[in-house]
Amino acid sequence: MANKQFDVVVIGGGPGGYVAAIRAAQLGYAVACIESDAYADPKGEVRLGGTCLNVGCIPSKALLRSSELYEEADHAFEMHGISVSDLKIDVVAMMRRKDNIVTQLTGGIRGLFKKNKVTLLPGRGSFAGRENELWQIKVTGKEGASEVVEALHVIVATGSLPRQLPGIPVDNETICDNVGALALGAVPKRLGVIGAGVIGLELGSVWKRLGAEVTVLEAMPDFLAAADPAIAKEARKILTQKQGLKINLGVKITGVKQGKKGITIDYEMGDEVLKLECDKLIVSVGRVPSTQGLNTEAVGLKIDGRGCVEVDEHCLTNLENVWAIGDVVRGPMLAHKASEEGVMVAELIAGQAGHVNYDAIPWVIYTHPEIAWVGKTETQLKNDGIEYRAGQVPFLANGRALGQGDASGFVKILACAQTDRVLGVHIIGANASELIAEAVTAIEFGASSEDIARICHAHPTLSEVMHEAALAVDKRALHF
Amino acid sequence: MLIEVKVPQLSESVAEATLVSWHKNVGDAVARDENLIDIETDKVVLELPAPAAGVLVEVVKGNGDTVVSGELIARIDTEAKATASAAAPAPATKAEAKAAMVKAAAAPSGTGPAARKALAEKGIDATAVQGSGPGGRVTKADVLGTAIPAAAKPAAPTQSAVPPAPTFAAALPQPPAVNTDAILADRPEQRVPMSRLRARVAERLIQSQSQNAILTTFNEVNMAPVMELRKKYQDKFEKEHGVKLGFMSFFVKAAVAALKKFPVLNASVDGSDIVYHGYFDIGIAVGSPRGLVVPIIRDADQLSLAQIEKKIAEFGQKAKDGKISIEELTGGTFSISNGGVFGSMLSTPIINPPQSAILGIHATKDRPVVENGQIVIRPINYLAMSYDHRIIDGREAVLGLVTMKEALEDPARLLLDI
Repeated sequence: MANKQFDVVVIGGGPGGYVAAIRAAQLGYAVACIESDAYADPKGEVRLGGTCLNVGCIPSKALLRSSELYEEADHAFEMHGISVSDLKIDVVAMMRRKDNIVTQLTGGIRGLFKKNKVTLLPGRGSFAGRENELWQIKVTGKEGASEVVEALHVIVATGSLPRQLPGIPVDNETICDNVGALALGAVPKRLGVIGAGVIGLELGSVWKRLGAEVTVLEAMPDFLAAADPAIAKEARKILTQKQGLKINLGVKITGVKQGKKGITIDYEMGDEVLKLECDKLIVSVGRVPSTQGLNTEAVGLKIDGRGCVEVDEHCLTNLENVWAIGDVVRGPMLAHKASEEGVMVAELIAGQAGHVNYDAIPWVIYTHPEIAWVGKTETQLKNDGIEYRAGQVPFLANGRALGQGDASGFVKILACAQTDRVLGVHIIGANASELIAEAVTAIEFGASSEDIARICHAHPTLSEVMHEAALAVDKRALHF
Repeated sequence: MLIEVKVPQLSESVAEATLVSWHKNVGDAVARDENLIDIETDKVVLELPAPAAGVLVEVVKGNGDTVVSGELIARIDTEAKATASAAAPAPATKAEAKAAMVKAAAAPSGTGPAARKALAEKGIDATAVQGSGPGGRVTKADVLGTAIPAAAKPAAPTQSAVPPAPTFAAALPQPPAVNTDAILADRPEQRVPMSRLRARVAERLIQSQSQNAILTTFNEVNMAPVMELRKKYQDKFEKEHGVKLGFMSFFVKAAVAALKKFPVLNASVDGSDIVYHGYFDIGIAVGSPRGLVVPIIRDADQLSLAQIEKKIAEFGQKAKDGKISIEELTGGTFSISNGGVFGSMLSTPIINPPQSAILGIHATKDRPVVENGQIVIRPINYLAMSYDHRIIDGREAVLGLVTMKEALEDPARLLLDI
């Protein structure tokens, strides 16, 4: 039997891959998307959506909300005059809600595939060769059964895997990566977190709110080094002083022992030799591109020194008509960045001028308060020698924030001193993840801070703080 | 050995051509006579076969480049081996997109992502577009040419620095701005650059209209005799000649009869001279996916009906495949345009310069006509002949068309040359 042929085969059904597949189908191509059973449901049915939907962004946000409600009931209700007695958390029910959301969303992508006539090929995709301009991709199913499909274009979207630390074997029972940390059956009494990155902080916060005693160990001397220094400082203050997270920086771990009573982590901080005892440990020390099993050697697909599939600015690899997007290539490991690249590649295949503006990709950390930014930090601007003006306004000056009972954090806008063009916007505060959208739009359109200042913002909303910060760039804030 | 690939001799009337799409990339192996690239001229899309087998080692002119006859566009090495696919360069689409991308990046600040993409795809610089956005920003509508003209917008507020005191007139409702927008929004437009073929057609039509004194004369033909003849001999004709007996061959023959009788209909103007042609090369307008083309039936006077039918069938197929050659489109002393295939009942065709006349034929429909004082139903085809009144007098034109009418109503005349 002749091999199935497609115009485009996408390897990986995460937020990069499934979006690329749908966009390519919209553009009139015959498209297949290969997804393994890594996140299969209990019946063994492939679940689309990748890390993001199954064990990342979405389930963590579900738990975040649950834990926030619990914490509010425990601490914040009182100031509203609401009293709660006998407050309890049913972790199993909380997890069930999270699972239902995941099921709903992953099923939704299946529906989108059907609607757009994208063929789902369950199994693991690997390169098998090339004949007559057609790439041959082997799809290996669960029971080892395999078939070969052929495609003019291949998009590698295999994502990333949690980085492992030597000597700390993840079992997702006691020592967890993101997968296990999202599925703990009960609130641990003492939770250790190695790595104060996005995942460590978000999940550490979740379990902290639910009652765990959380200690975060971070190797880097700076907290949230990628964020603007003012944001990082404020975040550390809120997380440690207000929320009681213990964050130890500049830590060197010397040993991890697993005993009957839990885990003991020996570490050094400065000159001190310290010890952390905990019941559960989350290892969140970054993620590595997932290229294993792709059989890249067979076709000579180039991998760079960091394990990423090497691509140019258009996500084209060293091979003709082979593209790679998302976590498996350079750039930030963000779902929305992967999706944008997927759209770009599909459009480039169609001869359009698809494009990703890497200078306008928003970053969000879902701690509480949320942290979000786009564009350059003050550190970057200083390093680049760019003269800028800054406008910073706290949520404390905002009526809506006070009414909401959450007025921590601030908005900071950095604009070019010469042209007033907005170069960076940094937010820490409630709903920062939603507020950042306005800043991304502004940066995409090359707006000046005065543009934002001259745009009418609804009252009373949190977005007024963005408005005030823009005014503050010109030292004419009205409400601060 | 390195073989140069050059643009073939296009034709006297074709100055330049556009390279449409390379089918081969640098490093690809090519077989002799394999199609390397499509070249579009004003008249036709040509395939350029590889002059020798080998490897395409250099592409001098890329997709979209304009070239002239004899210009070097690529080199083929007859001794090289095809490079591994891994080393092959990116496909053309990618290279184009990439080139466009560089330009997109150069777009000035304040240009939104949609406008930047549109600029890149059109390969134009934002500075070349008049921006209508705040601060002169180039918007998507500016690039696509779909901006709502200022006139369509409601009147701008008064310019005076101090707002005037409200008057009755000012209190009147403003023109319904939202409605205008909504209507226009519901009538989207799309701008597509003319293909070279279309641009050339447009240019020639205007040229014809402005340089010729075009007049059209009409007549009607009772098609019953020709239809009867066809009905009677169709089967035998097809068996004998392997092609169906259509109407077009009769029209060609009838036209030739008229041209013989009135040679000025077959003439052309050259400066202040009239050139009479001693041959009858009849252009037949044929629709093709890329537009109308007019291949020429040469020496139509010497061809039998069957030969004419075969020629027409051949042109139809070639037009469909985009394979009509420039030679087949060049020259011609008279043209026939058949709007009837689309159902047209009457039209005034435009002369195809340097020709001086063109016959328009139309759909044959039953019409009440008067014969011998009786109203009878006859299958009627209205004929229209446009002619250049500068050299053709009304008399010749009208009598010429009457000749065609008479030949068609009594095909025996064609046999007898009367």
